[in-house]
Amino acid sequence: MATETHGPQGFEAALNRSPDSVAEFEQRRSFVQQARHLLHQTPSLVPLIVLVVSVSIFGALLGQKFFSAFTLTLILQQVAIVGIVGAAQTLVVLTAGIDLSVGAIMVLSSVIMGQFTFRYGIPAPLSVLCGLAAGAGIGFVNGTLVARMKLPPFIVTLGMWQIVLAANFLYSANETIRSQDISAQAPILQFFGNTFRLGADEAGRGGAGFTYGAVLLILLVLVIAYVLRQTAWGRHVYAVGDDPDAAELAGVQTRNVLVTVYTLSGLICALAGWVMIGRLGSVSPTAGQFANIESITAVVIGGISLFGGRGSVLGMLFGALIVGVFSLGLKLMGTDPQWTYLLIGMLIIAAVAVDQWIRKAAA
Amino acid sequence: MTQFKFALMGGAAALALSAVPALAQDMTACLITKTDTNPFFVKMKEGATAKAQELGITLKSYAGRIDGDSESQVAAIETCIADGAKGILITASDTKGIVPSVQKAREAGLLVIALDTPLDPIDAADGTFATDNFLAGELIGKWARARMGDEAGDARIALLNLDVSQPSVDVLRNQGFLQGFGIELGDKTRWGDEDDARIVGQEVTQGNEEGGRRAMESLLAQDPTINLVHTINEPAAAGAYEALKSIGREADVLIVSVDGGCPGVQNVKDGVIGATSQQYPLQMAALGVEAIAAFAKDGTKPAASEGKDFTDTGVALVTDQPVEGVESIDSTKGAELCWG
Amino acid sequence: MEPILKARGLVKRYGRVTALDRCDFDLYPGEILAVIGDNGAGKSSLIKALSGAIRVDEGSIELDGRPMQFASPLDAREAGIETVYQNLALSPALSIADNMFLGREIRKPGFMGRWLRALDRPAMEQKAREKLTELGLMTIQNIGQAVETLSGGQRQGVAVARAAAFGSKVVIMDEPTAALGVKESRRVLELILDVKRRGLPIVLISHNMPHVFEVADRVHVHRLGRRLCVIDPRRHSMSDAVALMTGAMAPESLNEFA
Repeated sequence: MATETHGPQGFEAALNRSPDSVAEFEQRRSFVQQARHLLHQTPSLVPLIVLVVSVSIFGALLGQKFFSAFTLTLILQQVAIVGIVGAAQTLVVLTAGIDLSVGAIMVLSSVIMGQFTFRYGIPAPLSVLCGLAAGAGIGFVNGTLVARMKLPPFIVTLGMWQIVLAANFLYSANETIRSQDISAQAPILQFFGNTFRLGADEAGRGGAGFTYGAVLLILLVLVIAYVLRQTAWGRHVYAVGDDPDAAELAGVQTRNVLVTVYTLSGLICALAGWVMIGRLGSVSPTAGQFANIESITAVVIGGISLFGGRGSVLGMLFGALIVGVFSLGLKLMGTDPQWTYLLIGMLIIAAVAVDQWIRKAAA
Repeated sequence: MTQFKFALMGGAAALALSAVPALAQDMTACLITKTDTNPFFVKMKEGATAKAQELGITLKSYAGRIDGDSESQVAAIETCIADGAKGILITASDTKGIVPSVQKAREAGLLVIALDTPLDPIDAADGTFATDNFLAGELIGKWARARMGDEAGDARIALLNLDVSQPSVDVLRNQGFLQGFGIELGDKTRWGDEDDARIVGQEVTQGNEEGGRRAMESLLAQDPTINLVHTINEPAAAGAYEALKSIGREADVLIVSVDGGCPGVQNVKDGVIGATSQQYPLQMAALGVEAIAAFAKDGTKPAASEGKDFTDTGVALVTDQPVEGVESIDSTKGAELCWG
Repeated sequence: MEPILKARGLVKRYGRVTALDRCDFDLYPGEILAVIGDNGAGKSSLIKALSGAIRVDEGSIELDGRPMQFASPLDAREAGIETVYQNLALSPALSIADNMFLGREIRKPGFMGRWLRALDRPAMEQKAREKLTELGLMTIQNIGQAVETLSGGQRQGVAVARAAAFGSKVVIMDEPTAALGVKESRRVLELILDVKRRGLPIVLISHNMPHVFEVADRVHVHRLGRRLCVIDPRRHSMSDAVALMTGAMAPESLNEFA
C-alpha cells in the first residue's frame, strides 16, 4: 500500500511566495465593524439601549409621574402576560418557526382552569394542572405536525389558532367567571394576582408593586436564558433554527428538539393563562385576543431574528418592556393612543433593519 | 319602578302586537350581529330565535368575526338578498360603511332594522330598535351625583370609554353620564373635549377586562385620588375594579357602568359596581322579528318612539343604593331581567 | 491486509432508478481512497450508504470485520465513521466549540451537570483548541467566536477537525475543496494529509482530478452504480481516470493492480 504522497501541482508553486494567511482567525476591524461585531455577539444590547433611552426620555418629559417606583413597576405588571407569552414565542422563533396560537392556548387554558373548578367542582389546584396539561398538549400537537409531518409552522399554528379559539368559545359558552366568585371559592386561580409592595405608605398606596405574575415573568426569563445558553438542548434550539439540515447531519435530533420546543411553548402559554386570571381577576373567554401579535412584536423588537437561530430571551423581555414604556408613557402624556401603535410599528421595522445589518457581520 | 321601563317599551310593544303570527309561510329573516362571541349578541340571537320560532319564521344568523369586521356583514346582507329574505336585523360594525349595502337590500324589497346601534344617518334603515344610550349614561350620571352629595363638587372623575374611533354608543354614554353628573358638555358628538377640572382623564378599554384594568392603571398613575369611574360596560368596570384593588382603593371609589348583563348585575349586588344602566337585547331582537313579520303581512313599517328618531327598547337603572330623584330597580329585580 | 471498511453487493433503488447496482467497496487502514465518478454515477449514494444517511436495499457493510446496520448518521458515528459533508453541517451562529461538540456535548460533573444539565464550556473549549492545534490549523484567538465569522477554508478546517476529533475508524470527506479558492484548497489538502498521518483512513470524494491524484493512495472509479475498477494514481494518468469514468476506456485495457 502506498503511503507516500505527491507534491503540489506545478502551477501552484507560486503560492509559496504568497502570504499564508488563510487560516488566521484575526481580522482588523474598523469601529463600525467592531460595534457590529459586539451587537452580533450580544443581540440583546440594542433593545436594552432603546429601553434605557426611552425610559430616560419619558422620565425627563414627565418627571415624577413617570419616573417613580410605582409607575415603573406598573409597566412591569402590565407586560407580565405579553412577556410570558413572548418567552414561549422566543423559543419557537429561535427554531425559525412562528406560533400564532399562543394567545388562543392561553385563553383556553385559563377557561379550562376556571370551568373545571366551577362547572365540575374539581379542586382548583387539580384544575390548574389540567389547564397546564391542555396547553402542553396543544403545543405537542403543533410540534408533532411541524416536526413529523413537516408542515410549515405558520400554517399549523394558524389553523390551531382558529381551532383552539373556536373550541374556547364553544366550551365556555362565552361565560365569564366573576372575580368575586373566584376569590371566594378558588383563590388559587388568582395566585399570580397577589401583590407585594415595597416602600408603600401605610394605606398600601404608592411605592413599588410586584405582582407574583411579574415575578414569574422575571424568573421564567432567567430560567429560559440559562437553558438556552448553558444546556445542550438550548444550543440545539439555536442550531435547528440556524440550519436544520446541518444540525441534523451534525447529530442533533432535530425532530425531538422541535416537538419539545412547541410543547414547552404551549405549557408556558397555559402558565400565562393562569397569570391572566390573576391580572383580570375573572376568567374571560374573550381576553387575550391579540397576544400572538403582541408577543411577536416583543420578540422582534427584542432583536430576535424571525429567520431563526439568533437572539436572546432577555432581548424579548426588553422588547416587551419597550412597548410597555411607550404605551404608558404616551398615555401619561395624554396623546392619542394611535401614536403608540405608530411608534411601535416604526420600532418593529427598525428592529428588523438592525437585525439585517448585524447579520452582515457574518460576511 | 319597573313601570318606568315598560312605559318606555309601550309604544314598541303596541306596534309589535299588530303583527299576525300565523301567515308566515316559508318566511325567512336575517339577523346580522357584530360578533357571535359577545354575550350581548348571544342573548340578542336567543331572543330573535325564540320569537321567530313562535311566529313560524326561519331565522338565519350571521356575524362578523371580530367587532369592526364590516366585510363579513356586507357579505351577509348580500346572502340575505339572494336568499329572498323578508327582512334584516343588523347591529352594524361600521355604521356609515354599511349604508350602501343596506340601501341595496331595501331596494330589493327587504325591511332593514338596525338593532342596538343606529346607522349613520339613522334613516338609512327602515327602523332602529335600540337602547337610549344617552339616557343610559344620564341615569348613572345623575345617580352618581346624588350619591356623592356635597363631594360631587370636587369629584375626581375617570372616564373609561370604548375605542378611539368614538363609535356613537361610546359618545352617547359618555356624554349622557357627564350631563347627568352636571358637567358642561363641549361638542355633543364626541367625547374628550370637556375642560371641567374634575375630569382626570379619558382612556379607551375596548370594552373588556384587560382594557379596563390597563386604562384604570394609567389614569391612577396620573392621579391616584380618582374617586368616580364611568365605564363603557361591565367587563371594563370589572377590570377597573381589579386595578383599584391592587392598590387597595376598591372601597372608596365609585364605579358606574352600562349594560345590565348578569355578571354585571351580580357585581352591583357585591358592591363592585355602584350602579349600572340595564338594557334589553332580548326585547330588541324580539321586537325586530315582529316588525319584519308585520312588514311581510301588510307592508307596515315600524314607527319611532315619541320624541325620538328610533324605537326605544327601554333602559333601567340597577342599584342597591337608590337615591332620591332617580328611578331604579334593585339588583334582585335586575338579575331577573339580566342577559348573558 | 484486511479492509477496515468493506461493502459487498450494495443495492439502492429509488423507484425505477437504480442508484447502486451490486456495488463493492474497500478501504484499507491508513490510506486515502479517492472515489471519482461522473455525475449520476452513484457516488453520493455510495457515500450516504457508508455514512448511514440512507439505508441500502441489499448488500452488507463490514467495519473492522464486523457487520454493520446503519439506520441513521448517528449510528455510523457511534461506530466510528465521521463524515465531513459538502455543506459542512455547521451552525453558523454557534461558536467554534459549540459546533465541534454539537450533538455530543460535555456536561459538568456533579449536581450542575446531572440535574441542571449545565454544559462544561471550559472543557469543551479546551478540547476544541487542542484538536485544532493538533492539526496545525490554529492561530485561533477566540474559540467562542461564531462560525459565520470565519472564511470558507477556516470553516472547512473546523469541520475536518470535528471529524478527526471524533472519528475513531474512518473519516469520509465529500468534496472538501469544491467551494474553496486555490490557497484555501491547498490548506485543506494539507489538513487531509495531517489527518492521514494521525493514522485515520480517509475516503475522499472529489471532482478535482489534480487534487485526487495529489493526495490519494488509490482511486476507486465509480460508474453506472458500481465500482468499475481501482487504479493507482502513480501508475495511471488523469486522462486514464477520466476515460474510465466516462466509459471512453474499458478497465480491461489497463494493467490492473490488486
